[in-house]
Amino acid sequence: MKAFSDVFTQIDQTTSTNEKINALVGYFQTAEPKDAIWCVAILTGRRPKRTVKSGELREWCIELSGIPGWLVEESYHIVGDLAETITLLLPENTDVKEYKLHEVIHTLIALQEKTDEERKEYIIGMWQSLTKEQLFVFNKLITGSFRVGVSEKIVIKALAKAFDIEENIVAHRLSGSWDAGTTSLLDMLTTVSIADDISKPYPFYLAYALETPVAELGNLDDWQIERKYDGIRGQIIIRNGELFVWSRGEDLMTEKFVEFAILPGIIPDGTVIDGEIIPVKDEQLMPFHVMQTRIGRKKLSKKHLEDAPLVMICYDLLEYKGQDVREKAMTERRALLEQLVADARGEMELLPLMMSPLVVATDWDEVAQERLRARDVGCEGLMLKRKDSVYKTGRRRGDWWKWKVDPLSIDGVLIYAQRGHGRRANLYTDFTFAVWNGEELVPFAKAYSGLTDKELVEVDNWIKRHTLDKFGPVRSVTPTLVFEIGFEGINPSPRHKSGVALRFPRILRWRKDKAVKEANTREDLMNILKAQG
Amino acid sequence: MITFDDNGIYCAQAGIYIDPWKPVDKAIITHAHSDHARWGMNSYLAHRDALPVLRFRLGEDINVEGKEYRESFSINGVNISLHPAGHIWGSAQVRLEYKGEIWVVSGDYKLQDDGISTPFEPVKCHSFITESTFGLPVYNFPSVESLKEDINNWWRQNAAEGNNSVILAYALGKAQRVLQQLDTSIGKIYTHGAVDNINKLYEESIGPLNATERITTETDRKEIKGAMIIATPSSAGTPWIRKLSPYKLGICSGWMQLRGARRRKGADRGFVMSDHADWEQLNTAILATGATNIYVTHGYKSIYAKWLEDNYGLNATEVDTLYVGEQADEESGVEPKEGGADEGV
Repeated sequence: MKAFSDVFTQIDQTTSTNEKINALVGYFQTAEPKDAIWCVAILTGRRPKRTVKSGELREWCIELSGIPGWLVEESYHIVGDLAETITLLLPENTDVKEYKLHEVIHTLIALQEKTDEERKEYIIGMWQSLTKEQLFVFNKLITGSFRVGVSEKIVIKALAKAFDIEENIVAHRLSGSWDAGTTSLLDMLTTVSIADDISKPYPFYLAYALETPVAELGNLDDWQIERKYDGIRGQIIIRNGELFVWSRGEDLMTEKFVEFAILPGIIPDGTVIDGEIIPVKDEQLMPFHVMQTRIGRKKLSKKHLEDAPLVMICYDLLEYKGQDVREKAMTERRALLEQLVADARGEMELLPLMMSPLVVATDWDEVAQERLRARDVGCEGLMLKRKDSVYKTGRRRGDWWKWKVDPLSIDGVLIYAQRGHGRRANLYTDFTFAVWNGEELVPFAKAYSGLTDKELVEVDNWIKRHTLDKFGPVRSVTPTLVFEIGFEGINPSPRHKSGVALRFPRILRWRKDKAVKEANTREDLMNILKAQG
Repeated sequence: MITFDDNGIYCAQAGIYIDPWKPVDKAIITHAHSDHARWGMNSYLAHRDALPVLRFRLGEDINVEGKEYRESFSINGVNISLHPAGHIWGSAQVRLEYKGEIWVVSGDYKLQDDGISTPFEPVKCHSFITESTFGLPVYNFPSVESLKEDINNWWRQNAAEGNNSVILAYALGKAQRVLQQLDTSIGKIYTHGAVDNINKLYEESIGPLNATERITTETDRKEIKGAMIIATPSSAGTPWIRKLSPYKLGICSGWMQLRGARRRKGADRGFVMSDHADWEQLNTAILATGATNIYVTHGYKSIYAKWLEDNYGLNATEVDTLYVGEQADEESGVEPKEGGADEGV
């Protein structure tokens, strides 16, 4: 555990990607293989199922630290992370022991079968025999969410460097679901055949937001322009007569997307398609929230399927006739994909696949016009892809760009503030905003991000001096400050007082130039809702 | 005997305010940080060691009187004396006694002996006014010795890897404290101008500090290699600091106890070093006064007041002030705005 805890501390103490990679390389090269595979699993979100409830942890922490429950809760609220809170509240240990990472994890997994008494005995025993650094890591192992500023990409780079294997190969072999308890890291990284695991998706190629004026991209003829859809990016894989559907988060979601179950037999084996899964009814794209309600369900009813029938808008072809075609040019891949979809449609008219239509324009100005129309056709903007681009791994600059429309926006009044969690523990940074409804202010959105650290300190200072009332951790403040709130979409919501719910609300800027009376009204929000239909 | 009004903490019998935030006639200043020592008072009174900084920050022409610790004086029947608060050099608790009733206004304080400030001394009283900046049980600061070791190890490692070490610390108090922790055998120590100004005041009025060199426009930056640079928090992200590349950035603050705060700062290293009291220190200090009435100011005051009532059966009251504790010291270094007290306090 010490080696893992040390590498965790090293990673946590640096902001440099290179140093994080080097720390991991050092760990992968020296750690016991059984520990190293768990490190990979944990850092790539493949942690085991949780076996201890947070309520139990709190209870035992109260018992061991002697701190009353209400104060543990207050502390947790301010620290924002239960594992860290407990680490800070427990007394320092003088008599520390050393454990192996994989043994600790296997014991934690096995707790599922144990009695409450046995679980408590194990956890408390560990709490009394670890250093503070290891205690934190141990608590993180229990509670999950190991967010340490290490992306899957960093892990891939470190493994590539440690085992001298190409990055994209590591990415491929690492993807999909595997169990660290039964997998050997070396076997996984060095096994060559694609057929080992026919479910494996390819790493997605992701685009950055356009950073320069669009005209600087050069000749329009070199670019393929598509719409950017607002659904779930996914891969459809058909191999050995079986279907696998992966989301971009690398979740295997085949069961949720029953529409695609008919594809094997219609689409030939050895095919992998990249696209956007969205609900389409009567040839109309439907808003994201229609699908959201369906995705959350464990069991799908007939009604869900009728209300939100899904199709994939096909963007790209990654595997064709069992061959990895990612190195072919975009236009070539697209031609193959078009043929494939057309052939399939010949066999089945109501095919749940559609080609992503190309946006036709004669110059960049026309492209810009199309981008502005995006919301009218239920899209988020445009995708610009170089016609000769290969399909890369991960988020890359240069060949692909996303060019989203500017967010919708409205000016709201700050009315409530709450202390932030985690990164913002000592500042009032969680804000509630309101719009005017006659003489009354109605809350319509909560937002946490968008201000600079300097502005946060300034607003925090203002809030502390203009508090009207306190309800628990929430302060109401004199309605004075106006902020421009940006959002990606708006839905009707009977549960909210304002009657609407915003998607991805965030602060665009502090409108120091606006007086409180100049903020927008509920009617303005309703007009945006109507316009978005 | 003591009331809290729109100007600050007031003793009507003596006609004197303690750390007022609006211009008043007579002010006793607990220490020279900008949220406690403000501009515009007719007369100031503070510990002798605080005077050079007060004059430097508020003007040479302020009307200010210096006192020794425990030197008693009387204003209209109120016996007043200053006692060490251990917060920064020249920081004081103010003891006020009238007709047998004793109050202590502690300002900001800590119990750790930082090697720079006269260590905190508990003063018996009936009513005690305390800060609560770190009044939460998650705040347990490391010992002075282990901090010293951590900072010097960090510096040594950075130097070995060919990097400079930049530590951001508030110019008054923290910077001198950091400086005196450093192992001068590792390398050269440089200072930001704002830090050097205060260092000079310390050396002129109190005593010598470790040798440093002020970075000026004439300084040849190529010469700065594997060195320690002590700079103010406001230098973060400025061209001034970028010119010190390659460097590692360290921040010294009690907030660094929380991982979230460390990450928000984007520093390479957070050292949990504070001039305020942590949870244990607050509890120890308060119990040592023997006071039954506790007035809790800036910090986690509602939580801390509830703790004092529930756990020790003390009579604890929350008080709104314009003091900001470690936040202003560490985060902005900016003077809190004048005249903001009329709303919401």
